[in-house]
Amino acid sequence: MPIHDQSYRRYAGERRPVRSAWMVIARAGLMSFLSRKAFLGLLIVAWIPFVVRASQLFLASNFSQAATFLAPSAQTFRDFLGQQGIFVFLVTIYVGAGLIANDRRANALQLYLSKPVTRAEYILGKMSVLAVFLLAITWLPAILLLILQIAFSGSFTFLKDNTSLIASVTLYCLLTVIVITFGMTALSSLSRSSRFVGIMFAGVLIFSDAMFNALRFITGSTAISWVSVQASLDQVGDVIFRQAPRHQTPVAVSFLVLLAVVVLSASVLERRVRGVEVVA
Amino acid sequence: MVTLDDVTVVYGKNQALAGVAVQFPAGAVGLLGPNGAGKSTMIKALLGFVVPTTGQMHVLGLDVRYKAPEIRARIGYMPENDSHIPGMNAVTFVAYCGQLSGLPPVDAMQRAHEVLYYVGLGEARYRNVETYSTGMKQRIKLAQALVHDPDLLFLDEPTNGMDPKGRDEMLALIHDLGHNKQVNLILSSHLLPDVEHTCDHVIVMDKGRIATQGPIAALKGTGGSVFELRIKGDLPRFVDVLRTEGLEAHGTDDDVMRVLVPAGRTARDVFSLASTHGVQVRHLRPSVPTLEDVFVDAIEGGGSRAHS
Repeated sequence: MPIHDQSYRRYAGERRPVRSAWMVIARAGLMSFLSRKAFLGLLIVAWIPFVVRASQLFLASNFSQAATFLAPSAQTFRDFLGQQGIFVFLVTIYVGAGLIANDRRANALQLYLSKPVTRAEYILGKMSVLAVFLLAITWLPAILLLILQIAFSGSFTFLKDNTSLIASVTLYCLLTVIVITFGMTALSSLSRSSRFVGIMFAGVLIFSDAMFNALRFITGSTAISWVSVQASLDQVGDVIFRQAPRHQTPVAVSFLVLLAVVVLSASVLERRVRGVEVVA
Repeated sequence: MVTLDDVTVVYGKNQALAGVAVQFPAGAVGLLGPNGAGKSTMIKALLGFVVPTTGQMHVLGLDVRYKAPEIRARIGYMPENDSHIPGMNAVTFVAYCGQLSGLPPVDAMQRAHEVLYYVGLGEARYRNVETYSTGMKQRIKLAQALVHDPDLLFLDEPTNGMDPKGRDEMLALIHDLGHNKQVNLILSSHLLPDVEHTCDHVIVMDKGRIATQGPIAALKGTGGSVFELRIKGDLPRFVDVLRTEGLEAHGTDDDVMRVLVPAGRTARDVFSLASTHGVQVRHLRPSVPTLEDVFVDAIEGGGSRAHS
């Protein structure tokens, strides 16, 4: 029937299984951001360090003089992921702040949850949007660097010498993405203003880091690094990359802090993502 | 179609639904009641947004507690307040809602175009929903509820905020859906004309309970007669006198009031009471019962007329 027929007609076509709604939400979110030029610009800028590192790998593989001071190691990849931190921060605020806050502002939650979409599927769909973009500026370029290193050097020697590097990169990126995605999505569910959420996110990271630095200055010890989310990520990251931990805090404590962030965020999401707000 | 059995919903200390037991038949059913009667709470409970303290609910034969996603795949919900998915134009928004309800992307887009034309937004379908007027937002809420062709439509105050012309058009759409397109619908409203214009069956709620229910024609046509009355004298006192004597009375926009006389009594009773209390009857004319009479009788008179 042509679309100019203005009458209502019944639908007799195919219907999908109820459980695939999160993918619809994730796809719509991804497409929404990819259609924005400013965001595409941010993604391109986030890949500039990759180009610099790729050049480093090329020079180290092709010029023996450069190899003496540019030769890659596991530390190179650890440093690269550390440098991506600023872009992780910016992309998280750009993408994550409005994920649920904008839906709350537009009363969209009741629309979503009146469809065959469970709260878990809704949250998963929203989280997927942020997680995909974060992985696209951390895990993806890091793995591509590893592939480039093999291609430029023409051998698997580097990979054989660093057999755990793929696992380390993957594990560290996943840990970072999970902690940040949970934290930002939970913050986004607390407000109707994405700007306020962005400020809250920056505030939590900056304040916790400032508090750690102040306490370090006062006590002269880094054992208190667990008060900072970023320092806890660094601490666990060092262990994942089999390097000496940079702080005196036991790694288990840092890991527990990150776990607590995830659990607290899940608890906030469970309370805030509802079809109706009941004020008793 | 929808069954509630002893359903109680409590918000803190406030009992929004108090042991409601009711069956919604197929077709167009009006859920009528004043603000705060529990209409929206009932719909939200049926959607699974609110969990009842006690009772059971079935929609389309499925238990709401265990089959909520399956139910929501087969119903459409038009919420009361302004709601949309931010950052989308109308056709993308409606198609997105279709996909969320289980339609393949191509079918969802085709249906989105169709229902947007049907609700009168065909020319504005590429505009961002956030730029829409209140009336247009009401229409697009109807479109998103219809896109997946639901077996049952919940419409919560669908004419809220609309101008008279837009309201008439919305009511015409709802009437068309319920009577020509055979879509089962439950229309929640505090506006009597909306329900009377679009529905065949009405369920009247008050203070979290069912006040009365039945086919509108039957409720209007049984149990006594209705008169228009104008008097000279102490009007509020005479209204109290009539009510004390079992004759429900309520004012209209003019100085004419409508008196509901139960079966077995006549207009002579009105004259007799006026004479006894020193009130002059200036005008008394038989009238056609309206849904408003049923509503007033159910809310203020305890449904004596409907139950007689």
